[in-house]
Formats: sequence, structure tokens, C-alpha cells
Amino acid sequence: MKRKGLVALVGAAALSLVASLVTTTSASAAVNCDPYTGYKAMKGKTVTIFTSILEPELTTLNTAMSDFQACTGIKIKIEGSNQFEALLPVRVKGGNAPDLAWIPQPGLLAKMVETGKVVLAPKAVVANVDKYWSASWKAYGTVKGKFYAAPFGSNMKSLVWYSPKQFAKNGYKVPTTWADMTALADTMAGKGQTAFCGGIGSGGATGWPATDWVEQIVLRDHGSAVYNGWVNHTVKFSDPRIVSSMEKVAAWMQNPKWVGNVKGIATTSFQDAGKGIPDGKCMMLQQASFYGNIIAEGGATISPTGDAFAFYLPATNSKVTVPVVGGGEFTTAFSSRPEVQAVQAYLSSATFATSRVQLDNWISANSGVPLAAYKNPVDKLSATYLSNPKSTFGFDASDLMPAAVGAGAEWKEFTAWFGEGKSIADVVKAIDAAWPKS
Amino acid sequence: MSKLKIANHNPGRKLFSSKIATVVVWVTTVIWTIPTLGLLVTSFKADKDILNEPWWVSLFNPHFTLSSYKGVLFGGDSESLSNGVLPYFVNSIVITLPATIFPIVIATMAAYALAWIRFRGSDFIFFFIFALQIVPLQMSLIPLLLLFTGGAHIGSVTVFPALGIAGDFAGIWLPHTMFALPLAIYLLHNFIASLPRDLMEAAHVDGANHFKVFRMIVLPLSIPGIAAIAIFQFLWVWNDLLVALTFASGTEEVAPINSKLASLVGQYGSGYTQLSAGAFITIAVPLIVFFSLQRYFVRGLLAGSVK
Amino acid sequence: MSDFLSVNIPKFTSVFSAIGMFFIVLAVLFAIAGRANGKKARPIALVIFLAPSLILLLAGLIIPAIRTFLFSFMNPDSNAWVGFDNYKWMTEDPNVKSIMVNTILWILVVPIFTAALGLLLAIMLDRIKHESIPKSLLFMPMAISFVGASIIFKFVYEYSEPGETQIGLLSSVVDFLGGTPKDWMLSKPLNTFLLMIIYVWTQMGFGMVILSAAIKAVPADIVEASALDGASGWRLFRNITFPMIKGTFIVVLATGVVGALKVFDIVRTMTGGNFSTNVLANEMYSQVFVQFDQGKGSALAIVLFLLVTPILIYNIRSLRMERSHS
Repeated sequence: MKRKGLVALVGAAALSLVASLVTTTSASAAVNCDPYTGYKAMKGKTVTIFTSILEPELTTLNTAMSDFQACTGIKIKIEGSNQFEALLPVRVKGGNAPDLAWIPQPGLLAKMVETGKVVLAPKAVVANVDKYWSASWKAYGTVKGKFYAAPFGSNMKSLVWYSPKQFAKNGYKVPTTWADMTALADTMAGKGQTAFCGGIGSGGATGWPATDWVEQIVLRDHGSAVYNGWVNHTVKFSDPRIVSSMEKVAAWMQNPKWVGNVKGIATTSFQDAGKGIPDGKCMMLQQASFYGNIIAEGGATISPTGDAFAFYLPATNSKVTVPVVGGGEFTTAFSSRPEVQAVQAYLSSATFATSRVQLDNWISANSGVPLAAYKNPVDKLSATYLSNPKSTFGFDASDLMPAAVGAGAEWKEFTAWFGEGKSIADVVKAIDAAWPKS
Repeated sequence: MSKLKIANHNPGRKLFSSKIATVVVWVTTVIWTIPTLGLLVTSFKADKDILNEPWWVSLFNPHFTLSSYKGVLFGGDSESLSNGVLPYFVNSIVITLPATIFPIVIATMAAYALAWIRFRGSDFIFFFIFALQIVPLQMSLIPLLLLFTGGAHIGSVTVFPALGIAGDFAGIWLPHTMFALPLAIYLLHNFIASLPRDLMEAAHVDGANHFKVFRMIVLPLSIPGIAAIAIFQFLWVWNDLLVALTFASGTEEVAPINSKLASLVGQYGSGYTQLSAGAFITIAVPLIVFFSLQRYFVRGLLAGSVK
Repeated sequence: MSDFLSVNIPKFTSVFSAIGMFFIVLAVLFAIAGRANGKKARPIALVIFLAPSLILLLAGLIIPAIRTFLFSFMNPDSNAWVGFDNYKWMTEDPNVKSIMVNTILWILVVPIFTAALGLLLAIMLDRIKHESIPKSLLFMPMAISFVGASIIFKFVYEYSEPGETQIGLLSSVVDFLGGTPKDWMLSKPLNTFLLMIIYVWTQMGFGMVILSAAIKAVPADIVEASALDGASGWRLFRNITFPMIKGTFIVVLATGVVGALKVFDIVRTMTGGNFSTNVLANEMYSQVFVQFDQGKGSALAIVLFLLVTPILIYNIRSLRMERSHS
């Protein structure tokens, strides 16, 4: 049969490809198992983890966990997908759940708990979290008074990316107050430079960077109480305080003098937005700590004297001390097998967090990680703010709000606000109307 | 007048002279290919040039690099294909072959029954199957997965056993087969229903049963249609990510090449170069399939048998 | 190396044994059922030919469709009945109106363009030498994944401020022709049509290949004899050629409508459904998988289903007519 001939041909071609291209992998070096004596050896057991984290972070995570795997014999398989948020609920409800998942949205965690498939955090994890994390971080992993998920990685969102080289060339100084920053932007505008880069495009999630900007200002202007009330909708979007913060965002990121083409922000992808920073095409971009990875894609060096670096987004109200907006993932278990619980305990330990931050590109809010362990200067800067006891911390509000708002109306309306010039009054009205009534 | 006699003309023979046809086809082809050319050029560019220089300028000002292909094929730092995309490539083939063959065969059978074994309600079934095309497969994921993991029960009676194939290749083949059927039956019905009636009747007079007619007449004569539909089913499965990641997982054991490529782009990166390179690596196999099936699009399969 | 082979050879073995088993089961069924004679032969044949499809469709699509219908009357988590609330939401939400308008635009414009262009090219390809080269190139966009296509069209529709280099092909061409490029994705209602172009570009190959296969199915010996025929040009096409492939053309058209109704990847990656470009399928996806509102998503899916019924009725009528003629 001809079809079979074709099938066999493809198969044979694939196999010969295998034969010609595969090389042997080298054996690993000797491993120090002292930090892992507390874990039982469970040779041959496998734990699967599903996550939205992708390469190259996946490989780095595997490296960080390699000693644990070698010493306990547990094999950890991580599976990363950019469709994580859509696929996890399907697989959990359909009975094909992974052992563990790193969930970035407390709202999604609560949804998963409702399915009844999420397992409570084991004792060892509770002990680790009580020891190493603040009460507010523990609260994000808690649903209806029960603690499920330990914090995993974190990111720090209150940063402004800039180019130290461009700043030095122009004689600019890193601003430390909001007034300094606006004055600097005016100076740049006077020289014909674009002070702020902006881009909120992100495919189906277009609009999220704009929600971050509003979160920054709400927390900076009004502090934790209003911020938390806003998350719970006891403070509505139409509340004058939220509206005034949005007006401040409009005066900042929708100021044609500073950003150039305002509407273009809605169609520029957030990844492309800051790529011009090293060349001075635009001077500053408010984005999270992970943004360094994107700027570095073009070959830029990230350091306090390099092509790009970040400074702390200044406070706007002296009554709110060190406002920091951040986010993070939470290790959620769908199985209570002993090897799964061992991995959970390990991931919430200071041993893991420390070994991970030493490998670049990672921030942990785990207080057991010494600041000196951070290799990446931006991560270290971020960790300084996250671990500062004076910080006023706000978890990414759109991740805490109901998905209909935080991943729906808010994205949509803020995009219309930037791209179509929709008025703040109309925007807040539409978002408040979309808030689920329950 | 029978259908065969109407077919007395080469469609288009007199409508366009072959010169005009040649010009129109080639102009369209060039326009159609320009965007793909852009992707090809992009895949050889360095990331920092992507936003600074239009690709058609780069074409005449080449400073190309193979780094994105290297990154995609070999997985960044590691040096061998076995750490890169190769295991996923194998999975893609393993997923695609049965997921193409099964639905095509099953759909051809159904299309034959609906076209030539007429019975009361056969039209209704046919149109119902056509309408099923609109069911968004996203809506099928959870119930189907539940069926595979838990089976189906009415009260305490198990009407369908838990297959336990979630996470397995079979767990990917079966949904693909199901989702492909409405379109495949609809298209194949069109081809099979237009086979000459005289031929079928002659065969039945000679004493052939439906199984023989199906094997000896319908299958060979529908080859162009089957080949065309097989290509599309192959493409759909080859480029699918959703079904594979839902019914199996994204691990090296079962995940198709697309899942690996999607992950290589990086969590936050725009990944233009890697995505472009990845698109060209994955496009190669469907094009080979297209070329090898093209010889089935030949004229005159009917000719010999009619005489 | 040996590791890799020991993991992957069993994969191939399982594939070939699965395919082999599949054909063996079929052959055995055919052989046994083929022995049946007389009155039972027809119903037995019918069951063997049709049952596999119907069972698979029942589990894979029919039951989920019924479930979706029920969910459309339930709350976001599908655990309480809410009556017609989800449908009421559709009539009240201002976004839904623009979604409906766009969806109808899509099903009116896109299928006609893909089918007509596919037909034109299929006929012309039949008339030229070396047809496999242009055919393959015209087919190629179909093989490109949507992710690839979205990058391609980013570099077509990208817009930069005047004075900066235009890296988008469209902006650049407009610039070259003396026009003023604009931010295409923000230009209503042009943006919806620009998204449709992407779909036509990727899907035209489908109609072309199917129609080409239909044209090739025309008997060769009769084609040779037709060289003597006197009818010419447009009349020949309208009166003789087109009626012959009309059935296939309608099939391609109907498939195009279903495809246009279900499109969401293009809208999602290019605009995320913003700037008045949203369509039903994308809103459904977003409700179910991003906002986790199973109820609204299901109601949207039901509307999607209702929109296909006119095509269904047209199909029924044309097939009935075809059958009454033959």
C-alpha cells in the first residue's frame, strides 16, 4: 500500500536523523547532599509540575533543583505553557491535573480550590511559610481561612527601566521623588527626547500593563487600606480617589509631550515598548523586574552602568512609605503523595530559594534568602524593596480581582482609554458594571 | 442527460488562455509568498535588528545569523538535538499519523453510507453532522477528558469504562479523530456522492456487496478528495497545541514540537526570531506531505473504469 | 543516544501497531459482515459504515454540545440555574453589538473571497505548465501556524511615527505611493478588514486544493473529446463548467462560513479583540478561558450555533435540488 510506504519512509527518515544527530550527555559532578538529609529517599518517584514559566527559566529551575533530585531520587518534571491559565482549569476539572502547579493569580487559586481538587498545604510547608514569609504573602495562598499554597517566585513591579549610558551621556540623574521624575521628563521633552516608552499590547491580554500603572498610582496616592478596598470593590472604580489616580496616570502616560503618540501605546506590544531604551529612542519605561530579560534579548547589558537598568518608581504621597507593587506564583498541590509533599516542602524552603536566586533572574520574598546571594543587580534591588519592613506592599490588584474584571473589563476598558480616547468617567462606569454581583 | 456527459469539457479550457492564466497565477503566487518571505528573512536576523530595519531592507543589506535556528533546534546551551526539539519532533509524528489516518478512514465509510446506502433519515444525519462543525472544540475538552478519566455512568451502571488514556498518545488520537469527523464527512460526502451512479449500479448487478463496492470502486476513485482532506487533517493535527496539552501534557514523553517551540520563545520575550525559525522548522514536514500527496491529484482516475 | 532510542523506538512501534490493529479490525469486520446475505445485508452494512462515526461524534461533540446548551442557562461556575440571564447580558452589553456586527461581516466577506479566489486559481492552475510549484507556494500559508502568521502580519501592519523607519510593509507601500500611513489596527472599520485579509491569506489554499481536486476528478477521456466543442469563454464556464463543480463550490463556501465563525486566533493575537474588532468566537474563548464565565461563554457558543443555521438550510435546499435532478 502506498500510504504505508510513505509512513515507513517518514519513520525511517526520522530515525536516521536521530542516529546522526544525537550525542551522549555527560555525567554530572559529585553532589553535596547535606542540605537534603531531612528528606526521605524516594527513588523512582516522579512529580509533575505545570506552570506558565517558560524557557530559559525552566532550564534554570531544573538546575536549581538538580541536587535535590539527585539526593532524594525524586524526578521532577516541569511542563511550561503560555496557555497555562486556560489549560489548568480544564485539566483539573477533567481529572488530568498535574501533581503541582505554580499559579500566579490568587484569584485562579481560589477557583481551583472550589473544584475540591486542591490539597491543603502539608505541615512542613506551613512551618516553612510561617518562618520565612510575611503574613500577607501567606494570606495570598489562603482561601476561605485555609492555607493551601506556599509562595514561590516573586516579581517587583515598581521599577522604571532606563539606560544608564544614555543618562550619563545627557547628564541626567536618576530621580528619587515624583517631582524629580516629572521635572526630568520635562527636561527630556525640551531636548526633543521621548521621556517615557509605553506599550500595553499583549495579544488576548492587551491592557494589563495599563492596569499595573494604575495600581502603582493608587497604592502610592492612597496606601494599603484604599488599595485593598479597591481590590474587594468596597472602593469602586468610580470612587473619586481611584478616578484621581487614573487622572494622574493620564497626565503621565497619556501626556503627548512625554510619550509622543499616545494611541500608539495601545498597539505597541509591551515587549517592543522598551527595546529602544538602550539607543535612547525613549528614555524611561515603567515595567516589572522581569523586563530585563526582554531588553537583554537585543544584546543589551543590564547593569548600573550598562545599556539598561532600573530605578525605583518614586512615591507620590509622603504618608505612604515605600509603596511596592509586586506579584508572584503559588505552589498548589493536586496530590498528597509523599513525594509531592516532599517537593512542596523543599520548594518552600530557604535552601531552594537561595540556590535559585544564585542562578540569576529570580526574586524570592523568602526572608531566609540573604541579599548577598542575589547575582542579578536588578533582582537584588527588587529584593531590597520587597524585604524592606517599612514597605507598603500591594499584590498585583488585577490578579486579585474577579477574573471578569481583572482579566476582562479592566483590560478591555483601559485599552479603549489609551487607544480610543475613552473618557475616564466612561471607563470606570463600564468596569464597575462588569463587577460580578454575588 | 447524465452527469458524465455534462463533464464533456475541461473546465476553464476556453475561459482563460493559458498565457493569461500563467500570468495571473504567477502574480498571485508572488503576492501570496511575499509575507512568508518576510518571515524567512526575519528568522535569519539578529533580534536587535528586527525593529530597526524593515526585512526587505535586510534582504539587500545582509548580516544574517543562524543563531535562532541553533537555539530552537538545540535548546540554547546544550549541544545535542536530543535535548532540543528532537524528542518532540518524534512525538509530533507519533501523534499525527494515526490522528490523520483514523478519522479519514472512518469518515470515508460514513460518507459512503450517507451517499449510497440511502435510508430514511440519512439526509437528516448528514445535515446534523454538517452542523456539528460549529461546536467549538473548546467546549468539548472537559466532558471528553472526564469521559477518559472517569468513564460514563448512569446511576451505578457503567455505560462506558474509564479508558485511562489521558496522558497517553491514544488520549490525543481519539479526540483528534472525533473533532475531525464533521468536516471530513461533509467534504468526502461531496466527492463520493458525485461518483457516477451507473458505476455503482453495474457493480451491484454484478453481485458486489457494499463492502466490495467501497473497496474496489469508491476508495480508488475518491483518492484525490481523500488526499486533499488528508492534507488538511494532517496540517490541523500538526499545528495543534490545545488538544495535545489538554489530553496529555507538555512533557518530553508526549508533547508535540509546537509546545516545545512555544516554550522556547520565553515567558516574557517577544521571541520574533525564534518563533520565525520555529515556524519554518515546523512547516517543512507539512510541505513534504503536500508534495508527496500531490501526485494523487491527477486527472482521469475515472476514465478507465467507466469504459 | 541509546537512551533516546530506547525511549522513542517504542513510540513508533505503538504507532504502527495501532494503525495495523485499526486496519485488521476493519478488514475482519468487512469480511464477516460481507458474508451476510438477503434482507439483513443492507442494515448490517449501514451499521458498520456509520456506527463508528456516530459513536465518536456522540462522545466528542454531541454530548458536549448538549452540555454547553445547559450551561448557557447557568452561572459562571455552572452550579446554579440563572434562567435567561446570560442571553439577557448579550442584549444589554454594548460590546456585544459590535461583536455581532463584526461576526456577520466576517461570514459575509471572508467565505466569498476565499472560495472565489480559490476557484479562480484552481481553474487557472489547471491550465498552466509546472502547476505544482505555484500551487505549493499558494498552499504554503496554510501550513504556517497561527503564531507564525501573526508575526508575519505584525511586519505587514506595523506602524511607526512619521519620520521613523516604517518596518511594516503596508505602511511602507502607502508611504511609497505618496499616502500617509496610519496606525492600521486602530483605524475602524478598516482594521476588521485587515484582519480578514490574514484569514483569506491563510485559508485560500483550502478552497483551491479542494476545488482543484474536484476539477481533476473530471473524466480524462471526455476532456480529450471536448477539444472539438465549439462553446467558448464565459458562456461555457457559466453553463457547463460551473454547474459541474457547483456542489464543491458550495461545500467550500459553507466550510468558509463555519471557519469564519470560529476564527479567534487571528483576532486574539493581532488586537486581542480591542478597537472594535472583536468577534463571537474570541469573546466566547475569553469568557470561558480567561474570565472563567462558563455561562456567558456557553450562551455565546449557542448563538454561534444559531448563526450557522441559514447556511445549513441553504445546504439542505441545494442538496435536495441536486438529488432531484440526478
